[in-house]
Amino acid sequence: MLGPVLETLIGGLLTGVLYSLVALGFVLIFKASGVFNFAQGSMVLFAALSLARLAEFMPLIVALALSIVIMIALAYAIEFLVLRHLINQDSIILFMATLGIAYFLEGFGQSIWGSDIYKIDLGFPTNPVFVLESMFPGGLLIDPTELIAAVICAVMVLVLAVFFQVTRVGRALRAVADDHQAAQSVGIPLGQIWLMVWAVAGLVALVAGMMWGAKLGVQFSISLVALKALPVLILGGFTSIPGAIVGGLIIGAGEKLSEVLLAPILIRTFDLAGGGIENWFAYVLALLFLLVRPQGLFGERIIERV
Amino acid sequence: MLYREVGQYKTSYRADEAIFPIVQDRWFVIALILFAFLVVPLFAGQYLYTEVLIPVLILSIAAIGLNILTGYCGQLSLGSGGFMAVGAYAAYNLALRVPETNIILVFLFGGVMAMLVGLLFGLPSLRIKGFYLAVATLAAQFFLEWVFARVKWFTNYAPSGSVAVGRIDLFGIPIDTPRSTYIFVLASAIMLALAAKNLVRSRIGRMWMAMRDMDIAAEIIGIRPLHAKLSAFAVSSFYIGVAGALWAFLRLGSWEPLAFDVNRSFQVLFMIIIGGLGTILGSFLGAAFIVVIPIFFNQLPLWLGIPISTAAISHMEFMLFGATIIFFLIAEPHGLARLWTIGKEKLRLWPFPY
Repeated sequence: MLGPVLETLIGGLLTGVLYSLVALGFVLIFKASGVFNFAQGSMVLFAALSLARLAEFMPLIVALALSIVIMIALAYAIEFLVLRHLINQDSIILFMATLGIAYFLEGFGQSIWGSDIYKIDLGFPTNPVFVLESMFPGGLLIDPTELIAAVICAVMVLVLAVFFQVTRVGRALRAVADDHQAAQSVGIPLGQIWLMVWAVAGLVALVAGMMWGAKLGVQFSISLVALKALPVLILGGFTSIPGAIVGGLIIGAGEKLSEVLLAPILIRTFDLAGGGIENWFAYVLALLFLLVRPQGLFGERIIERV
Repeated sequence: MLYREVGQYKTSYRADEAIFPIVQDRWFVIALILFAFLVVPLFAGQYLYTEVLIPVLILSIAAIGLNILTGYCGQLSLGSGGFMAVGAYAAYNLALRVPETNIILVFLFGGVMAMLVGLLFGLPSLRIKGFYLAVATLAAQFFLEWVFARVKWFTNYAPSGSVAVGRIDLFGIPIDTPRSTYIFVLASAIMLALAAKNLVRSRIGRMWMAMRDMDIAAEIIGIRPLHAKLSAFAVSSFYIGVAGALWAFLRLGSWEPLAFDVNRSFQVLFMIIIGGLGTILGSFLGAAFIVVIPIFFNQLPLWLGIPISTAAISHMEFMLFGATIIFFLIAEPHGLARLWTIGKEKLRLWPFPY
């Protein structure tokens, strides 16, 4: 019994890392501009589509470089066409604007890149590997792609953490997150900062799209991964990069374990037509968690004054 | 010149508290309602009824519901689709299991059930706020969607998971033609809108608005957050539940949980943002806009005679829809209702420049 459960746990943790990658994009933008960017999922889809289609004509590394350029251009377009005109609006208006961007990107991406299922071949070993065969009968099954994704994710988080904490730009970003007006008044160019954040979020989306694309194939459903990343976000806290990672791990593991352990019980008790509880389990888990800690695991403490 | 309130004195408190204090407004609204009841049925065809008028009216009810919660009480919710599903399935089950029930009772039952579920999912709003709450309401959306897809009792053990309603009649008059459906939906929408308008003008509406503007300050002046927030959740879910039941019975006829997925929630949210947060009028304008725009974009290539595949049309529709949303947010963040107000201000002086 322990073997399969442990295997599910590891599988869940590794999937969780991929959720974290998507959640990271949300956190970056929320942290630096207070915008709840619903378009992150569409950006992941768009990045993955660009990479997959470009890689059909050219070597992967060139396609990757071009995709990076595309994502930066996209960030510029978003800043120039949308955000610039919405400075000082309510956060709900900005949220709706990102929903508009999401719709646009989904249509645009599929118009120019096509809407079939595409493959991204990163050249990683795809055969599952067995580990710890001495401890469990048959060993534990691990997908190497997910393992590599986990490593890439860890590296990215480290880089981002250093970027935010140490560099000049990182400090400016934190200042903007704290107070737009004050940051502007000490001479931080708001437009450039937003451009920068959206570009970084675009790059994170590219990495996430690459990993998800390699795992599932590039198709429309990738944009729905964003919905999976939202509970990660509230569990970890909207403003915390480590939160996104830890939240992702908890959600990933919880989701897979619930499907294995809880779903059969539910199906038996309530006479259900199949399980599929992973669609909501993460949300309910996050919700229960929020009742105890309203700002999430690592979110900044919410201080309210009149 | 024609539209001004000069000389219209308010001599009683009743006159001061009227919904439309200006005579011209009152006549305009009465004329509009009469037009909708009497003139529209003279010329409207099947397509106009089933694709435009009925969806707009039903979704306006849902939009009014969400507007009460988000626009008036300030609690952002992405769970409207789920609450619509509760209304639809509750109504379906009542109609199925107690076949003799009056159809109005069936719809109200849908609303009441949605209200109870809404109260349950409204509880976290006392602890969590803003976007955390928005994501938390997504929990309601996905959980409810799952419940109706998986718990067989709700769908009466239908093997395909899709359910259908039989004949619908009101006091012996069958509601089966697009025209009778339209009249029924129109009457419901007007009554519910009137009730909502009066609610938000009364004590409870002011409580909600105080909560929205600054919840801590509202608490300090003696408004109980529990009371204010949960009542907003209850009333809002009731409206959304009724809209869900109407949508399922009168628009779809047969449906599966997918009809109430998260995109439905976004659709309703778009309606209130485009229409105008915190206005009843905006709910109608927004619903009309969001229903008509995709139809327009869908038909546009045909009118222009551009040969284009259906897949490309659907992608174009997405793009144009997104672009329109962004355009409107930039042009008028306060929604169509605000444009209406500005228009009225202008009309007051017209045709003179000042």
